[in-house]
Amino acid sequence: MTNSDLLDSLDADSFYVLGADIADRKAPQVPIDRRWYERRFRARLVNPANRRKLDVIIVGTGLAGSSAAATLGEAGYNITCFCYQDSPRRAHSIAAQGGINAAKNYRNDGDSVYRLFYDTVKGGDFRARESNVYRLAELSVQIIDQCVAQGVPFAREYGGLLDNRSFGGVQVSRTFYARGQTGQQLLLGAYQALERQIAAGTVEMNTRHEMLELIVVDGRARGVVIRDMVSGAIETHFADAVVLATGGYSNVFFLSTNAMGCNVTATWRAYRKGAYFANPCFTQIHPTCIPVSGDYQSKLTLMSESLRNDGRIWVPKSGEDKRDPRNIPEADRDYYLERIYPSFGNLVPRDIASRAAKNVCDEGRGVGPGGLGVYLDFADAIARLGRATVEGKYGNLFSMYAQITGEDPYKTPMRIYPAVHYTMGGLWVDYDLQSSIPGLYVTGEANFSDHGANRLGASALMQGLADGYFVLPNTINDYLADGPFPRIDASHPAVVDAVEAVRARIDKLLSVNGGRTVDSFHKELGRLMWDYCGMERSEEGLRKALTRIRELKNEFWSDVKVLGTNEELNQALERAGRVADFFELGELMCIDALVRRESCGGHFRVESQTADGEALRDDDEFAYVSAWEFEGDGGRPILHKEPLVYEYVELKQRSYK
Amino acid sequence: MNLTLRIWRQASPRAKGKMAVYHVSDVSEHMSFLEMLDVLNERLTLQGDDPIAFDSDCREGICGTCGLVINGVAHGPLQTTTCQLHMRSFSDGDVIDVEPWRAEPFPVIKDLVVDRGAFDRIIQAGGYISAPTGTAPDAHATPVPKRDADRAFDAATCIGCGACVAACPNGSAMLFTAAKITHLGLLPQGQPERYSRVVGMLAQHDAEGFGGCTNIGECTAVCPKEIPLETISRLNRDLINALTHGGSHWPKAAPIREELEEEEPD
Repeated sequence: MTNSDLLDSLDADSFYVLGADIADRKAPQVPIDRRWYERRFRARLVNPANRRKLDVIIVGTGLAGSSAAATLGEAGYNITCFCYQDSPRRAHSIAAQGGINAAKNYRNDGDSVYRLFYDTVKGGDFRARESNVYRLAELSVQIIDQCVAQGVPFAREYGGLLDNRSFGGVQVSRTFYARGQTGQQLLLGAYQALERQIAAGTVEMNTRHEMLELIVVDGRARGVVIRDMVSGAIETHFADAVVLATGGYSNVFFLSTNAMGCNVTATWRAYRKGAYFANPCFTQIHPTCIPVSGDYQSKLTLMSESLRNDGRIWVPKSGEDKRDPRNIPEADRDYYLERIYPSFGNLVPRDIASRAAKNVCDEGRGVGPGGLGVYLDFADAIARLGRATVEGKYGNLFSMYAQITGEDPYKTPMRIYPAVHYTMGGLWVDYDLQSSIPGLYVTGEANFSDHGANRLGASALMQGLADGYFVLPNTINDYLADGPFPRIDASHPAVVDAVEAVRARIDKLLSVNGGRTVDSFHKELGRLMWDYCGMERSEEGLRKALTRIRELKNEFWSDVKVLGTNEELNQALERAGRVADFFELGELMCIDALVRRESCGGHFRVESQTADGEALRDDDEFAYVSAWEFEGDGGRPILHKEPLVYEYVELKQRSYK
Repeated sequence: MNLTLRIWRQASPRAKGKMAVYHVSDVSEHMSFLEMLDVLNERLTLQGDDPIAFDSDCREGICGTCGLVINGVAHGPLQTTTCQLHMRSFSDGDVIDVEPWRAEPFPVIKDLVVDRGAFDRIIQAGGYISAPTGTAPDAHATPVPKRDADRAFDAATCIGCGACVAACPNGSAMLFTAAKITHLGLLPQGQPERYSRVVGMLAQHDAEGFGGCTNIGECTAVCPKEIPLETISRLNRDLINALTHGGSHWPKAAPIREELEEEEPD
């Protein structure tokens, strides 16, 4: 027995059980550039006349949900769509700023599908599935065509052709953008296509409706239990297949760049019904966010990473130095990124920049309220380029910063701090985007995705739209070809149980009537996750977090205070249900992080580092996807490993020194 | 700082509402306006009083979910979204009135939360380009002059918050509608449906009960994305052209607001 086997068995005693390995069986065994072509050909089709007899439920209307609903509606299926917002146009994809990658090679700079594939696998620190990433790179090209045809106003050059920029350390210019609002414009394109199908009668849209349970009948996903957030009515909806496009779970940290309503409930409920949850501990932390200013803080705001092109990051050499930053002489400043990483300096990847900021703050040298911030200084850039040039490049970001903080970044250095903004983990899916429950499909950020342990900039929008416009509409037919499945109604025992479970939970939340608000629990959970399951993890810390999360979860269920009734718009009740699921997710994230005893992507495991303190990946032990199976409340989750095989990209250790 | 808030409370769509008075103390100037309401709601909850319902989501000014009338002005004293308004815009001792959007097509659901579904139905009536997935030519097949692309983008930045309606004495949604007409009408891809689009969207706008535009311009004064009034001129030009051309540009479908027809039997 090796040392690591021994540790595994020790862990297994307390936190999890090791199950059988799993594998994706849908990607055809042909050369990688033929796989998607082959899969589409092999997938069974549904006759257009039969499509209208098939019902598909889609939950979530961000890029992955709206695009799927519109496309499947156009194909003639009966779609029922749900979102918790008051309009599908408000899903959080709308907040993506930077851009969308596509291997168009319009710049003639050596880009190709293969290069985008290669960059994405490498950027993901070799924890993504090659087949899926290759397909993503192939489809990137069609996404841009589709969006332009819909009227997405991408930035253009004077000749009328599309402009590109480079992003996130890659050496080609392949990012298409619409000023700082690319997500908004892409989402509005998908939203308009969706609204067109609503008008055409192929899609029934339900806004202010939240999914609270998945209905599984005879081993197939057959419907959802939904709460009408205005009336409180608990509804059941049935279909031949269910698609979850419900986004990520960064809000488990309470403070993140996600919208207030973003939550894990839909995917978590599916996990509890048998869908495997993959790589839950893989989260992405963005280095350039506006720091927290006080306890009342409700969310964090991201500023584009492009700021690091011209800004210099520093903290005072001494933690005692509380002078106005403008009065701190050069000799007393520590430009720590330039010092530690001389060749990349302020442009090291997101994960390294984030962790370095945390380290200097942990040393007591952080700046601003609570010592949780570092300076991002444009004084040199303004002296070198002139204020007008800096304003031209970053004017909108500077004014956003000024509006939020009340400080003028042209005169005093900005303060920044890392924040969680994306989760690479999510429900496990095969090449068809089908989860481990037949008939349950998962798209966009909600699945464990194509980004491995770290997502490259401008790749989230690409993945959401690839899944929704092109992948799902060419794979779900293979499943629906067996349908329509036998009709079910509200009297089916599985449905009765699901509805009962939802009602019981709501009743319980409303009846505790304890002494603490939902947000106070959420903040405490978030703090635990940030401290122990954020950028830096240790065996000791994760075990401590697990103990405390379990205690806190019990306190929540015995001391939370939710006023009002179910039969009304009740925002505290909505939040309470989401936070209850965040507790369970937080526990699984910590277990997953505990098992993954390696540093990879943005996740630094203190037990796995090089002699000079850099992240050390362990491909021999951990080149796999962790897919977790639910084993009942109080039971230990089962870990299924999907070994990752690299046939095309050579495994390499990253170095930025 | 210490503040007095007078906030619109209304239990349900049909309930009678009223302004309720709350005193909040120790408000930090760095709080956003919505965070100040969060703090008040935490206190109300612990006291056993029903917290104030208000909508918000991204809290970074882009999703368009939030929207309050603050001291009589949609989104308050700065031309931004409510979520981007900070307490440093107020002073110790201020009395602040907080109300929901007020317009007949935006019925109140609870307290400060309104139903803006009418906006989605206006988009359904033509606010799109019919380009089913998979039918697109190469993105470079049709160059678009930069000037047109930039102006289309400026109009497309509308976040659909509804401040334009809340500010308009006529309760008109013309700025919202015109922003979409302008965005799509400036692009070559939007030309085939340009005239049916304007007729369809306007018919739906009117069917929803929004008022007409009399060029007052209150809408542009509060629009957080600074959509210009000239978009409405553009809409009017397209509408006149569409109607001059005759019957071929009438909407593909009749306006869809069944409730409205029921309310007006004659």
